[in-house]
Amino acid sequence: MAYNLKQEMNKEERFHSGHRLCAGCGAGIVCRAMMRAVDPEDKAVICNATGCLEVSSFQYPYTAWEDSYIHTAFENASATASGVEAAYKVMKRKGKLGEETNFKILAIGGDGGTYDIGFQSLSGALERGHDFTYFCYDNNAYMNTGTQRSSATPQFASATTTPAGVESVGKKQTQKDLTQIVVAHSSPYVAQTTLYGNMKDFHEKAHRAIYTAGPTFVNVLTPCPRGWNYPAENLLEICKAAIDTCVWPLYEVVEGEYHLTYEPKKKLPVEEFMSKQGRFAHCFKPGNEWTIEAAQAYVDKKWEELLEKCK
Amino acid sequence: MSIRERLSGNEAIATAMRQINPDVFAMFPITPSTEIPQYFAQYVADGKVDTEFICVESEHSSLSACLGAEAAGCRAVTATSSAGLSYMNEVLYVAGSSRLPVVLAVACRALTGPININHDYSDSMAERDSGFIQLYGENNQEVYDNYLMAHRIAEHPLVRLPLMVCEDGFITSHAIENIEIEEDDKVKAFVGEYHPENYLLKKENPLAVGPYGVSGYYMEARVAQAQAMKNAKQVILDVAADFEKTFGRKYGFFEEYRMEDAEVAMVIMGSSAGTAKAAVDELRRDGVKAGLVKIRVFRPFPGEELAKVLTGCKAVAVMDKSEGFSACGGPLFAETAGACINLDKRPKLIDIVFGLGGRDFTVAAALQVFDRLQGIAETGEIGEVYTHMGQREA
Amino acid sequence: MSRKAAEINEQIPWQEMTVGCEIYEPGTSRLTKTGEWRSKTPVWLEEKCKQCVLCAPFCPDACIPVSDGKRREFDYDHCKGCGICIKACPFNAIEWKEDEA
Repeated sequence: MAYNLKQEMNKEERFHSGHRLCAGCGAGIVCRAMMRAVDPEDKAVICNATGCLEVSSFQYPYTAWEDSYIHTAFENASATASGVEAAYKVMKRKGKLGEETNFKILAIGGDGGTYDIGFQSLSGALERGHDFTYFCYDNNAYMNTGTQRSSATPQFASATTTPAGVESVGKKQTQKDLTQIVVAHSSPYVAQTTLYGNMKDFHEKAHRAIYTAGPTFVNVLTPCPRGWNYPAENLLEICKAAIDTCVWPLYEVVEGEYHLTYEPKKKLPVEEFMSKQGRFAHCFKPGNEWTIEAAQAYVDKKWEELLEKCK
Repeated sequence: MSIRERLSGNEAIATAMRQINPDVFAMFPITPSTEIPQYFAQYVADGKVDTEFICVESEHSSLSACLGAEAAGCRAVTATSSAGLSYMNEVLYVAGSSRLPVVLAVACRALTGPININHDYSDSMAERDSGFIQLYGENNQEVYDNYLMAHRIAEHPLVRLPLMVCEDGFITSHAIENIEIEEDDKVKAFVGEYHPENYLLKKENPLAVGPYGVSGYYMEARVAQAQAMKNAKQVILDVAADFEKTFGRKYGFFEEYRMEDAEVAMVIMGSSAGTAKAAVDELRRDGVKAGLVKIRVFRPFPGEELAKVLTGCKAVAVMDKSEGFSACGGPLFAETAGACINLDKRPKLIDIVFGLGGRDFTVAAALQVFDRLQGIAETGEIGEVYTHMGQREA
Repeated sequence: MSRKAAEINEQIPWQEMTVGCEIYEPGTSRLTKTGEWRSKTPVWLEEKCKQCVLCAPFCPDACIPVSDGKRREFDYDHCKGCGICIKACPFNAIEWKEDEA
C-alpha cells in the first residue's frame, strides 16, 4: 500500500510523550516512526540496550512504550531479543499463546550498544537467524555518558575522548561500516535511513524489515543536538545534508541485492554537512583544510563503492 | 517407583531438565558443564523434549537470552562453569533485580589463574552476592534432587529469584554413580507448570521490565529483593517437605552428620563432605565426639539455624574450597563466623582453605583437621585462624 | 501485586512497589509533564496551516496530535520546545512565541 503520511499520523501513538530524552533528540522521532511501522493489529516487544533511550523511556515507574519492553544491559539487546523470540516460538508451538495475536520482536540500541559493546551479541543473533528487527539509532558517539567517541564516530569529529586541540583534529579513524558488516551476515533485509522528507523512506524500510522473516537490520542516522553541537531545531537540515553529501547514503539490501533509495540530484560537498555542526568546527580553521579534503575523499570512495554495488 | 540408574552429575541434571521440559535452553559450552547441553541437544534431536534450544555466542548472551525468555513468560534454563559464570556476572545481577526465576546449573570449577579446569568454588562463591539462590549437592543424587526442587523455589510468588544448582566440577559432574531417578510424570506433577501473572507476550496488558531507578526507588527495590531472599528460606523448607512426601528423600538447609553431641565439628560443602564423613566415622569409633555440617543452601544463608547447631561445639573448622583473598578467611568462614557472633556460648572457629583447582582432599587430611580441633578444644588455644591446607611448603 | 504507575511515587514504602520494578500498563510516561522543561514555545498559526502534517512525525515528543488527518493544537504539557516543527513546516505556520524568540 502506498505510503500516506496522514494515515500514518492518524495511527494511535506507540511511543508516548513524557519520556526524558533531551529536547530535539532524534531518538524520539526514530522510536515513534519505528512503532508506526508495526501494524496496528500486531503487538511488539521492544528489547532496548542501555543508553540515552533506555534511561529516558523507562524511568521507573514511567514507560513511554505502548508495548511490552525489556531492558537488561548495554551489550545484550540482541541476546535478550533472541530469548524473547525463542519464547515466542515455543509458546506458540505449545499453545500457550492465542492464535490471533502476532508479536513483532524489535531490538533497539544506540551506536555504542550496536557497533561496539553490543556487536558480538548482534552478530550472534543475526547468525542464528532469529526472527527480529534490530534498529540502531546511530548518533555517532556514546551520548548517554557525554559524547565519547565510538566506532561510529566519523573521522575528524571532536568527541570528549577525541577532542580537537592544538595537536588533534578530532577522531583519527573513519566510521565502521556496520551496515555492510550486517549484510555480510546474509541478513534477508538490511537498510540505512535517516529522518527526512515525509518519513516515507524510514517507514517503508522499517515496515519491510519488521515484516521480513528472519533477522533484519535498520541503521538510522540520528542527530544528537548536544553531541553534534547544533541548535536542536536544525535536525532536519542536518539529516538532509547527510544524504545530499552522501555522508549517509540511503539504501537497502534485499536478499543480498543492493538498491539505492535516494540519489541526490546534485551531490553536495561534505562541508555542507560538517559546517552545520560544532563537532567539526575545528576543521574549518586555517591550516586544517586538509581534513575536509580527506573527509571528502573518504565519502567519495565509499559512495563510488556503493554505486558499484547498486548496479 | 523410582528407577535406579548409573548417571554422572551432568547427566543427572540433563535428565531432570528433560523431565521438566523447560521452554527455552540457551547454551554455551565450557568445561566441565558442557555435557549438560550436549545431553540436552540429543533429547531435542530425538524429540524427547519440545524445548527451544538455542546455541548462543557467549555465556553473557546465554543468560541474557534466558532473561528475555523468562520475562516473555517461559521457563528458561542454562548451564555453565568458571569463567563462563564470571562472564555472566553482570547479567546475574539483572536476573536477581528483575526478579526473573531462571534456573542455572553450575559445574563448579576454579577461576583463572593459572587457568585450571578442576573443581573448587571460586566461580560460584564469587557470585554469592548476585541475588541468586544457591543450592549445593554432595553427590549426583543430591544434585538431581536439588534440580527437581529448583523451579518451584525460584518461581514461588514470594520469592521470584533466580537459582543456581551447584555441583562439583568433574568430581560430581563426571563421576558416575547409582542414583534414584523419579518417573517422568511424577516429576512433571511435582514441578508443575509455570504461569507468571505478567509477561512480555501477554496480550491483555504490556509488561515493562528493567527500568532506570533513581535514588528515590533503588533502596526500596533492593530491600524488596532482600526480603524475597529471606522469604526463600521458608519456601525451600516447604518444597523440601513436599519433596520428601513425594519421593522420600529428606533435605534441609544443611545436613547435620553426627552432630547430636559433637564437640569438634567441620562446616563443609559438596563432595568433600563425603570424605569428611568417613573421617568422622573413624573418630567416632575411637570415641571422639566429632561431627560435621554440610551446607546445602548457601544463599539464602541459614545463619541462625547453623549457629544453633554449632553452639554446643568447642571447636569448629570451616572448610573453604575457594580463596577470597580477604587475608582473613574464605567466604564460608565469614558467613559462619557472622552467624555465630551473637551466640552466648560459641565455639572457637578456624578457617581452612583447601582443595583449590582440584587439589585432593583425603580422609587423612580431614583427620588432621579434627586433630587440630581437638587440640583447640583441650587448650582453648586457636593458633592461626586462617590457614591453607594441602599445598607444598618450603 | 499489580499496581498502577500513578500510585507509585517516592513516598510509598518498599512493600507497595511493584516486584522487580515492573510496570503493567502502557505509556505511563505521560504522567511526567515535560512541558516544564520548555524555555521557548512554538505556536501554531492555524490560519497559515495547510494541514500537510509534515510537522507531526518530527516531534520527538509526540506533541502534535493528529486526528482525521488533521493536526491539532500542541500538547504543551509535554512539548519541550525544541523547535524542529518550526523548521519542518513548509508554510511558516509555526513560529516561536514572540516574547521568547
